[in-house]
Amino acid sequence: MELGIEIAQLVMNGLMAGAILAVPAIAFSLIFAVLQISNFSVAAHVALGAYTAYVVNAAFGMPASVAVVAAFLVSGLVGVASDHVALRPLRSYGPLTVAIASMALNMVLENILRFGFGNDVQGLDLPVYRNWIIGPLHLAPQQFYNFLIASGVMIALFLLLAFTPIGKAMRAVADNPKLTDIKGINPEQIARLAVFVGMGLAGVGGVLIALDAAIEPTVGFRVILSVFAAAVLGGLGNIPGAVAGALIIGVAEELSLLAMPVAYRSAIGFAAIIVALLFFPRGILNRR
Amino acid sequence: MLTYVLSVLTFGSIYALLAIGLNLMWGMAGMVNLGILGYYAIGGYASALLTVHLGFPVIAGMVVGTMVAALLGAATCVGLVKLRDDYLAIATLGFAQVMALIAQNEVWLTNGTDGIGQIPRLGESLRGDAFNLAYLGLCFLVVILVFAVAEILRRSPFGRVLRAIRDDAMVAATAGKHVFGFQMKALALGGGIMGLAGAVYVHYIGFISPEIFQPQVLIYIFLALILGGRGNNAGAIAGAFLVVIVVEGTRFVAELVPSLSAVQVGAIRQLIIGIGFIVVLQNWPRGMLPEPLRRYPAPSDDPADQRKSMGKA
Repeated sequence: MELGIEIAQLVMNGLMAGAILAVPAIAFSLIFAVLQISNFSVAAHVALGAYTAYVVNAAFGMPASVAVVAAFLVSGLVGVASDHVALRPLRSYGPLTVAIASMALNMVLENILRFGFGNDVQGLDLPVYRNWIIGPLHLAPQQFYNFLIASGVMIALFLLLAFTPIGKAMRAVADNPKLTDIKGINPEQIARLAVFVGMGLAGVGGVLIALDAAIEPTVGFRVILSVFAAAVLGGLGNIPGAVAGALIIGVAEELSLLAMPVAYRSAIGFAAIIVALLFFPRGILNRR
Repeated sequence: MLTYVLSVLTFGSIYALLAIGLNLMWGMAGMVNLGILGYYAIGGYASALLTVHLGFPVIAGMVVGTMVAALLGAATCVGLVKLRDDYLAIATLGFAQVMALIAQNEVWLTNGTDGIGQIPRLGESLRGDAFNLAYLGLCFLVVILVFAVAEILRRSPFGRVLRAIRDDAMVAATAGKHVFGFQMKALALGGGIMGLAGAVYVHYIGFISPEIFQPQVLIYIFLALILGGRGNNAGAIAGAFLVVIVVEGTRFVAELVPSLSAVQVGAIRQLIIGIGFIVVLQNWPRGMLPEPLRRYPAPSDDPADQRKSMGKA
């Protein structure tokens, strides 16, 4: 009985954490779907979003909702600009060259943040709530609000992709860029839009992590393995898959606390990548 | 100043070993590996533990460290090598992160974040710059030996098969080559060279901690190989020394700007390297010393020409 309650508590925590993880995982997968590129600089854009939230919240005293919007815009715009300057000229050399260059880009962006804000750990200025107690389970309201924000962002993205012409164009480019070009959709423009939305989402992911924990320049790099694992588990380029992958990773990381020391929590991401590649090489939601 | 120059050149040699190892894996065999610091660290840790706790002589520690890293390289092959480029990059990056976690948390073995100190240095009877100079000589010797082996391999049928696999694994398999076996050998050899680099590092510094997994070193080594010329061992060495000189040069550039904190100086230095990486990749994607590619003349339609070219062959 005790164990049952503990497991239920961990599963709930895991779902909350997984929803936060899902936002940058979607970012990674969306960019991969449209550009066929693994962009490792998602990590730095997560950190950028977190620092944007820090500036908006701690310096200007704005609430979290404003921080989310600001982080989306700042990270999205920086994402488009850095992609245009650094990565786009390399596309003709193949996706792997771009992926490696994106690691250097990540280092550049991370160090711009480090130059401005230092290595010290910062935190947002948030009201402190008493935990909600639901039967035998405890839930921190902040966790729940983050879950709501993450869900809201994901629903907005699904609506965008499913029902708007822009979303349809994005999915079309992901499917076959040459054919969409023939149909009069400029794949270059759609790619830029995908980078904007993707990196914007990475920034929102950064805000959610900042709301949950602390901010420092490597805040994105610390979660990046879990983010990749979620995207790989769902199948790179598969957005609902990334969400499912993130929820699974979130729950698995929490449940691992039953069997392993907390320090090895992030090794779950690596284990998940290996399992995914051995058993679901095209992702758990593969329809083909 | 002399001490400083000697230490820069010693680090250049260590990076050169890492770059040659990466060249074997990625430059020649086409397997991108972002987990290279894992082999570097395990070579260093193995040699450190054996010499500190079991009293191995330094040379024996280095040899075992190299072999452990080679085994780890072969082991990576089992799970990972069938993966396509992006997946391989992600998975190997994860592999190095797990290695870093182990180094941080298995305190009974690695002493955690405190690290292992008092590692015997090679030639400890020497003092000051005499030690530094002698050790640099040893490093050069190791680099030359490893370079010679790598170059012999590159020119041998083994090297040709690796390049064939890199260019098209399917064609190599169709030609009857056991692709997996060759890839495993390339990873083991490359990993072993990186492990040797780690062992050379610990017996120079006399200390090892999880700090060895600094992500920027990964960037430096990729930059060295890309700058030097992917596929070319001499390029890997030249690139490594150039990167170390640039990395050290940025120290002076950053200090020219007054009133910066130490963190800001560090940030500017990494900023310069990162931007340099992208500039190099955009302008000289094949590096300073591109891999020498043999070009065969296209067969011409004139029968006289065909006879001539056959006569030449």
